[in-house]
Amino acid sequence: MKFSLASFGAGLLFGLGLLISGMANPEKVLGFLDIAGQWDPSLAFVMGGAILVGLFAFTLAKKRTLSFLGFDMRLPAADRLDKRLIIGSVLFGAGWGLAGFCPGPGLVALGAGETGALVFVAAMVAGMGLFELIEKHRVSN
Amino acid sequence: MIEIAWDNFTPWSALAGGVIIGLSAAAFILLNGRIAGISGILGGLLVPQKRDVLWRVAFLAGMLAAPVIWMMTADLPAIEINASYPVIVVAGLLVGIGTRYGSGCTSGHGVCGLSRLSVRSLLATLTFMVAGFATVYIVRHLLTGA
Repeated sequence: MKFSLASFGAGLLFGLGLLISGMANPEKVLGFLDIAGQWDPSLAFVMGGAILVGLFAFTLAKKRTLSFLGFDMRLPAADRLDKRLIIGSVLFGAGWGLAGFCPGPGLVALGAGETGALVFVAAMVAGMGLFELIEKHRVSN
Repeated sequence: MIEIAWDNFTPWSALAGGVIIGLSAAAFILLNGRIAGISGILGGLLVPQKRDVLWRVAFLAGMLAAPVIWMMTADLPAIEINASYPVIVVAGLLVGIGTRYGSGCTSGHGVCGLSRLSVRSLLATLTFMVAGFATVYIVRHLLTGA
């Protein structure tokens, strides 16, 4: 129960951060990605601010085997620089650049009642479902 | 030459929002021992495992609730969606498939991965950033000639 409560709190904080930062506004995101046009570099500060805090947290997390609530510390072990990582990231970046939505902001805009965000999130979930189908097929062959 | 859109430049709110996002990721790893990667949290619901569903739903519910709670006290900041529905559908499909193949998005790789100094996440982040820049360049400057 406290695991899920902490999850809700973290999700809420994350959503508020996205709203304050401007990340939840696709037009702002596209302005950031448009280096050749009138470039709005603001969103570089979002990542900067987040990593500033994150560096401390993850340095501390790496030294622990249990979280402060007593759960397993699950830091990713994968370190392969493979084709899947590159191809997946290219597809993601292309989709991000098309509409200005990445997963978090899509959800926040959906919570705000935006129809376009509903379309985006539905398509994104469909894409994730497609991935699972392809994976299942790949494993069974 | 790069031209900066100074009228739209909002470094302080961007930095403040970023710090809050960082605090969320920090709270999540330090309290629950998990990575705050939105695509992973959402994608995991499509292959539900025992005792692994509620916290995912709770996290996503928190994100959905953020604008609702905001609206109770203040006007929401602008959310301008100018892409047409067909473009949004293609974008959503690409983001869905891509983030699962690449094991992460802006939050999991970009925030958490870079914060824990993962080379894999650095490569992923550089890749999706370049793909994003290239896509906007193609759409805004090659296809429309603007």
